Amino acid sequence: MNMSPDSMRAKKPQEPVRQERARDKEWDRRFFNKLSLALVGFASVLVGVPVIGFLVDPLFRASPRLWRQVGAVDDFKLGDIAEVSFDDTSALPWAGLTSKTAAWLYRRGEQEFVAYSANCSHLGCPVRWEADAQLFMCPCHGGVYYKNGNVAAGPPPRGLTKYPVRVQNGQVEILTSPAPIT
Amino acid sequence: MRILLQLWSWFDDRTGASAVWKATAGHLVPRNTGWWYVFGSATLVAFIVQVATGIALATIYVPSTANAYSTLQFISTQAKWGHLLRGLHYFGASAMILLVGIHVTRTYLMAAYKYPREMSWLSGSALLLLIVGMGFTGQLLRWDQVAFWSVYIAAEQAGRVPFIGKTLAHFILAGNTVGGATLSRFFAFHVFFIPMLIFGFIGIHLYLVLRNGISEPPKKGRPVDPRTYRAWYEDMLKREGHSFWPNAAWRDVVFGVAVIVVLVALAWVVGAPHLSKPPDPTILQAEPRPDWYLLWYFALLALTPPKLESYVMILAPLFFVLFLILPPLVANKGERSAWRRPWAIGLVVTCWMMIGTLWIEGKRAPWSPDFSAVSLPAEIVHASSGPIYEGAQLFHAKGCEYCHTVSGFGGHRGPDLTYVRDRLSSDQMTILIVNGGVNMPAFGGLLKSEELANLIAFLDSRSRTEAKNEQH
Repeated sequence: MNMSPDSMRAKKPQEPVRQERARDKEWDRRFFNKLSLALVGFASVLVGVPVIGFLVDPLFRASPRLWRQVGAVDDFKLGDIAEVSFDDTSALPWAGLTSKTAAWLYRRGEQEFVAYSANCSHLGCPVRWEADAQLFMCPCHGGVYYKNGNVAAGPPPRGLTKYPVRVQNGQVEILTSPAPIT
Repeated sequence: MRILLQLWSWFDDRTGASAVWKATAGHLVPRNTGWWYVFGSATLVAFIVQVATGIALATIYVPSTANAYSTLQFISTQAKWGHLLRGLHYFGASAMILLVGIHVTRTYLMAAYKYPREMSWLSGSALLLLIVGMGFTGQLLRWDQVAFWSVYIAAEQAGRVPFIGKTLAHFILAGNTVGGATLSRFFAFHVFFIPMLIFGFIGIHLYLVLRNGISEPPKKGRPVDPRTYRAWYEDMLKREGHSFWPNAAWRDVVFGVAVIVVLVALAWVVGAPHLSKPPDPTILQAEPRPDWYLLWYFALLALTPPKLESYVMILAPLFFVLFLILPPLVANKGERSAWRRPWAIGLVVTCWMMIGTLWIEGKRAPWSPDFSAVSLPAEIVHASSGPIYEGAQLFHAKGCEYCHTVSGFGGHRGPDLTYVRDRLSSDQMTILIVNGGVNMPAFGGLLKSEELANLIAFLDSRSRTEAKNEQH
């Protein structure tokens, strides 16, 4: 039996009064339950929003796309394919080696270049140019590409991704691009 | 001595330690559990090894893409015990995967997932997936060339998910490409987030053992009936149960210690896993391979027909999760003995055989070009000049040998060509080489007609009769 000061003073509480008190108590119980849950929810949002926001931020951070010089036109032999690399834009200071991206550069004509992503279009492994065989080959699942980037054999669903490339003042420039996700 | 006793009784009174010990270590277990019941606790033992070695490694390891590789080299070559600790962490991970695999097989075959232990199975399933997650993220922290490209492979696979694929992929990369934020993200998942979940699920898993009791070894013709099982189990324990510690626990201790001894021995003898070249994106001479525990998945992705591949990448893991969730939901009562559940035995044998064969294939990786193939030696070519000799040189230079074996030299992607002349005429070979075939590039535009003629001359000499003539 709950002996609150009120009930002690009123020696014989009337039946309707008792019912009313019980109702009040039930109402209190529900209110405090909802209040507590709402407060916990509010606090979770308060902490959760910055945490989740911080984690997904890289998704919305657009890196600027810049033209990067990869060498003079004459550094590349006509008809040959050579490996080039360039710096990512907005690389983090502690990125170290990984701030670089490699690409295969094909000098197709006097002033005409094609730049291929080094990532196999199958699962992203690094394809290598086999100059004697005149084929790109992937070490993972045996994807093979022709010199023009088209699939020659194996599981790749499409040809090698091409990066935009241009010649400016005798320099070959590649436009930095996001990693190709097939 | 009296003071110590007084101290203990004060401590015990304020904490209830002995009551907790009695309720946990002292809880009654069936009498005849035996050695099949040690694999769960052994997984936990391996996990504790992982926590201890992981904390030690984290005191030196720097999770930055610029420095991680050099800290790993320092740990492996200069830090006292570093080589051993890295080895222990690697073999501990391997042990967890292996032991949890045996544990889940054992509980499935003994149908321990049936009433009232459905949640034990489900929490264990979560642990199994988390452990695989630890294995994958852990391999990436070994920030060498293989790890670097593995991130791309993970992102590419995530990229196949419909609608949200690209977003997922960029979430894994922590940006547009592998960069400074990628490694620290995997580090945070490997060291904080997934272990936190593992601790939580281990707590639930162990609590459930106490609440529902350890499953008694099944007996043919004694099915589980949810209406009577709990009463029967309680009664059985009262009649013939004995306390877990030390009557059953001694086996867990013996096996757990054996696991640790084996792990230390392996770490001592074999040592830390090899660090490949530095994680330099401009070194394109790389051969990314997952660690052994995911090698079978690597094989699966190589052997799946390309058209089905996207479905396999997304649906196979989903089906795997579904298979884990289903047993306690669809079959939580009835016969527990494996001898009365032939389908269960069939499923287990099928699973292990599938993973086993895929694993062997993954180890061989016949679908990968063999870049290490060397020029065919003279005693196999049987010529030191002329078209056959020239053809043999081309066979190597043009990459044929990366995929085709001749007399034991070369790759395994395409058919063995040791005796190709016995199967194909010169014309048939020419057509195949010029136009390509299944999984073979068309070399028509890559070979001059003289080169093609030499290559055919070489292949024409590959026959059994030719080999016999040489011998006589």
